[in-house]
Amino acid sequence: MPNRIITWIDQRFPLTSFVKHELTDYPTPRNLSYWWNFGFLAGFILVLQVATGIFLAMHYKADVTLSFDSIQHIMRNVNYGWLLRYMHAVGASAFFFVIFTHMARTLYYGSYRAPRELLWWTGQGLLLLLMATAFMGYLLPWGQMSFWGATVITNLFRATPFIGDQVVIWLRGDFTVGDATLTRFFSLHYLFPFLIIGAVVIHLVALHSVKSSNPSGINLADKDNIPFHPYFTIKDLYGLGIFLIIYSVFVFFIPDTLIEPANNIPANPMRTPNHIVPEWYFLPFYAILRSVPNMLGGVLAMGLSVMIFAFMPFLDRSRIPGGARFRPIYKIQFYLFMLDMLVLGYVGYVQPTEHTMVIGQVATLCYFGSFFLIPFVSKAEERWLIKRGLPAEITALIKKEFLEKKARKAKALQKKWGIS
Amino acid sequence: MGNETVDDGDRRSFLIKLTSVVGGAGVAAACVPFIASMNPSSDVLAKAETEVDISNVTPGGMLTVAWQGKPVFILRRTPEEIKAAQSTDGVLDPEPDSKRVQNPEWLVVVGVCTHMGCVPNKEGPGWTCHCHGSQYDDSGRVVHGPAPKNLEVPPYRFLAENKIVIGKA
Repeated sequence: MPNRIITWIDQRFPLTSFVKHELTDYPTPRNLSYWWNFGFLAGFILVLQVATGIFLAMHYKADVTLSFDSIQHIMRNVNYGWLLRYMHAVGASAFFFVIFTHMARTLYYGSYRAPRELLWWTGQGLLLLLMATAFMGYLLPWGQMSFWGATVITNLFRATPFIGDQVVIWLRGDFTVGDATLTRFFSLHYLFPFLIIGAVVIHLVALHSVKSSNPSGINLADKDNIPFHPYFTIKDLYGLGIFLIIYSVFVFFIPDTLIEPANNIPANPMRTPNHIVPEWYFLPFYAILRSVPNMLGGVLAMGLSVMIFAFMPFLDRSRIPGGARFRPIYKIQFYLFMLDMLVLGYVGYVQPTEHTMVIGQVATLCYFGSFFLIPFVSKAEERWLIKRGLPAEITALIKKEFLEKKARKAKALQKKWGIS
Repeated sequence: MGNETVDDGDRRSFLIKLTSVVGGAGVAAACVPFIASMNPSSDVLAKAETEVDISNVTPGGMLTVAWQGKPVFILRRTPEEIKAAQSTDGVLDPEPDSKRVQNPEWLVVVGVCTHMGCVPNKEGPGWTCHCHGSQYDDSGRVVHGPAPKNLEVPPYRFLAENKIVIGKA
């Protein structure tokens, strides 16, 4: 009977062939390490955030006089409300942790390189949507950090030339962050996850067109691919188990570690907390904002610091396959960049002093400097590695790629001049 | 590893089944908080009991109070009304009056028509529901359809002679 139903559906909708093509028989490089688990984990957290969010919205009230109390209502009166809220709050941090790891893997292994540029850029769009969603969600509890965080970030748009003040008022719907701001943030915080789901579909279509990269950086021959199911369904589920253990430790034992204590005080537009910091996942970018002495410059630098990853396919000019694994100089650059991110995170967290200002400015210069250096360093590194002698397979691979490129160009020229 | 075979089919299918059952149980358990969160929260449950002072109700008079957001009729019946109510068991849903009251002088019923949930009006002896024309007598028993059942008697208890608590028997 189930077979007959599936046959009936298959005659009208490509169910079996779709599942076969995109999941069970989907060819996957056999050498994927656990660093390739994080895309699946991000998808899992997205589902978790949407589910907990929908149920929280059943009890939350978006109104400046009610929202803070409605969070307390969720924590104290609603059945398992504390669990839903902590899952959602910890889930936001987990989402960024997983996405940052996912991005770091892409950078380390050079997964952004041709033909995966569009895959990387759709991911970049997803990061922006995620940041916007997280930022708007943070206003909803209407605590002191919510209020002043939203005030500071909406104020960034004052840097818009000529119409800055009007833009800020338009964004807030009020002269300060107020009821109009809260209700629109709630509306958009509910909408954006569905945009993210749409963007994830595009991300996956791009992935399934170019297929997964792998630690070797070489596009594997068919014989080196294995079906996604059962090999990677099992590997993803195992990784999910580990993730859920860590996630549960946070949710059940230390749920408040990532919530700023000041956010347990209702928003007060007349008084800013002494120590105002964004959530940990925004700290490095916030440090860059603070390090630039000019307002417009700071805003642009912060925007660029997020968007600059999109340029990696152009900045990295090395033809050596694989990322840091086969490129010692790039590997050093990668780890220095990670260190620089941590320094920026620290600078973003502490109270600004003259001392940390200098550290922040140096770290900001290092941040952008490392991207600026990549085109030159990657080319020089390539020359050095070729001179030192590459394994024969890799030389052959580079030669093949070069010949293919030449052939494509010749073909294009022939077409242009009408020669056949 | 080495010579170990991976083709021990029984062991593998047993492990797959076991893992699926444990995983399924985990997913089912994870659904519990989501479903439970839609049940009345503790502040709603706090409204489950209502205390009413009935000292101001005159014989033949009626008091309407809210219990769990629903109207409850508290009717102080006159001796004639008590006699009329006790003389019959009702027609559509027979039940003796003695089973519907704790003290014959006081009738306590939920003022929600058992047909479609409208609130019946006190008209002459008994109540009439204007939504679909159901009629109830002074014991809250249905005497004319389409309502299928008598008005519900909520759990209640006399705390004192002139004080009752609705919601707790």
